[in-house]
Amino acid sequence: MTATVTPARRVRSKLFGATAFYLLGVIVAMAIVFSIIRPDAFPTFANSRNILTDVSILLVIAVGTTYVMVAAGFDLSVGSVLVFAGVMGAKVMAATGGEGWTTVVIGLVVALISGVVWGVFNGVCITVFKVPALITTLGSMGAALGIARLITNGNDIRTVPLSMIKFSVAEFLGLPWIVWIAAVVAVVGGVVLHVTRFGRRTYVIGSNDEAARRGGVNVNAHLIKLYALSGLCAGFAGFLSLVRFSTTTITGHSTDALQVITGVVLGGTSLFGGIGTVAGTVVGMFVSAVLNNGLIVIDVEPFWQEVAIGFILIVAVYIDQRRRRRRSRA
Amino acid sequence: MGVLFEARGLIKRYGHVEALGGADFTLNEGEVVALIGDNGAGKSTLVKCMSGVESPDEGELLLRGTPITMASPSDARKHGIETVYQDLALAPELGPAENTYIGRELLKPGLMGKLGVLDKKTMRAKAAEAFTSMGTDVKDLDAPVSALSGGQKQSVAICRAVMWASGIVFMDEPTAALGVRQTRNVLKLIRRVAETGVSVVLISHNMTEVLEVADRIEVLRLGKRVARYDAADSNVEQLVGAMTGALDTGDIK
Repeated sequence: MTATVTPARRVRSKLFGATAFYLLGVIVAMAIVFSIIRPDAFPTFANSRNILTDVSILLVIAVGTTYVMVAAGFDLSVGSVLVFAGVMGAKVMAATGGEGWTTVVIGLVVALISGVVWGVFNGVCITVFKVPALITTLGSMGAALGIARLITNGNDIRTVPLSMIKFSVAEFLGLPWIVWIAAVVAVVGGVVLHVTRFGRRTYVIGSNDEAARRGGVNVNAHLIKLYALSGLCAGFAGFLSLVRFSTTTITGHSTDALQVITGVVLGGTSLFGGIGTVAGTVVGMFVSAVLNNGLIVIDVEPFWQEVAIGFILIVAVYIDQRRRRRRSRA
Repeated sequence: MGVLFEARGLIKRYGHVEALGGADFTLNEGEVVALIGDNGAGKSTLVKCMSGVESPDEGELLLRGTPITMASPSDARKHGIETVYQDLALAPELGPAENTYIGRELLKPGLMGKLGVLDKKTMRAKAAEAFTSMGTDVKDLDAPVSALSGGQKQSVAICRAVMWASGIVFMDEPTAALGVRQTRNVLKLIRRVAETGVSVVLISHNMTEVLEVADRIEVLRLGKRVARYDAADSNVEQLVGAMTGALDTGDIK
């Protein structure tokens, strides 16, 4: 209760929140352990690049999820929306024909719109029709994937424009473009959440939606925008996934939402809203990315990663709950 | 000291229940008026009608002599009328300064502001200034509101209302959840608010508190104003008598 808070500490806690700061230590510890076991394979530039590339696509989704969860919302549909947007983008690009950039841009726009449409659908169901977010997004998770399968008869679309394939292997400063794009999304997402009125109101709604309402904020409209943003991020991630794999990977995203929510919660975002940062989310996402990569490098069955992530999510939420209980007692 | 705000013959029905049966209310400039009444007397309904939360079925509201209508609390705010709700409507995870600007965030000038960038520095400075000038003990602007004491939370909510009010602040039971010492501070704060020229309408159950802080007292019973007193020449027995109807009172037009 005194003015002993140094500016540096304030910046640090604003940036990460305490939880995520310790998490950085966890990541370093994991990296050290994996490096000791496989000094030849883990601490290499090529492997670091793998980790960064792996985390990029999920990180783009996680930025949108951070916004939704800071506002005390929930979005389970992101993995399916990613697939849906990828399928729509690929279909339209195939129909447009051509191997050039115009086709790619058309595909990108279609993927983004596909994502936003699902996001707005989620947002309207949750705010206007008052269907709980958990149920709404569980429903659209099933529906979006189902429609994606209907469109493709369940088979992945493997035809993408040549310029997109070239782009997928192109690099900038030794890293694939996807990594840089994800970094830009994270930075922009973090800055907007932190310094703009839109971001501030996201926190207020998550903290006490009634206070926002009485302050004259149109809470429903804001929430719909947030779910649309989450859909937009998922749609963009769907397109990036298309860039990376040159195929739609329909069956590969059933646990995306789980991984993203785990990363976001690990990064210090509260399930009850009002607390969270994109910087924390970045750290949280790297926990599962490093763990996943490390387990593969040291030849542990990769399924163990799924087991670990599941339990980590439960532990992270347990910590969040305890923190909240302690606070409400105070 | 002229009449600032007036309610005349307000009637509000919920189905068959008449919550207000032609209630009147008068508020002069820069005074603290306590609105008291037994449970179900219509205090909450009257305040809701006067702060834009509900629209009365009949009757009129006059601000500085001009009839006004308010369809929402936002309308009331445009008229310079603010309300401190009993639940305070604070965002517990945010800081005191951030809470005072909910829904009214300041943006930076120029291009940055057009992009929606907040002017955090100015908001912080202005909030700090309000907390200090009101003599509150809210000092740590970095701590979330959830970490503050009950009295400090109340201070934040009151300061927020005063910062934005240009005429009237309604306060619904501002000391209900507070201890003795914190109640003292909040009552002092209410007096200071009135000194700045903002009129305060205080809803309270606590008669001694009412007599201590208010300039005048208006008593509501069964949806009507039944008595008006100057706090200086009334006592608890009188107030309770008027509230319950045991005492018939004059001084009413």
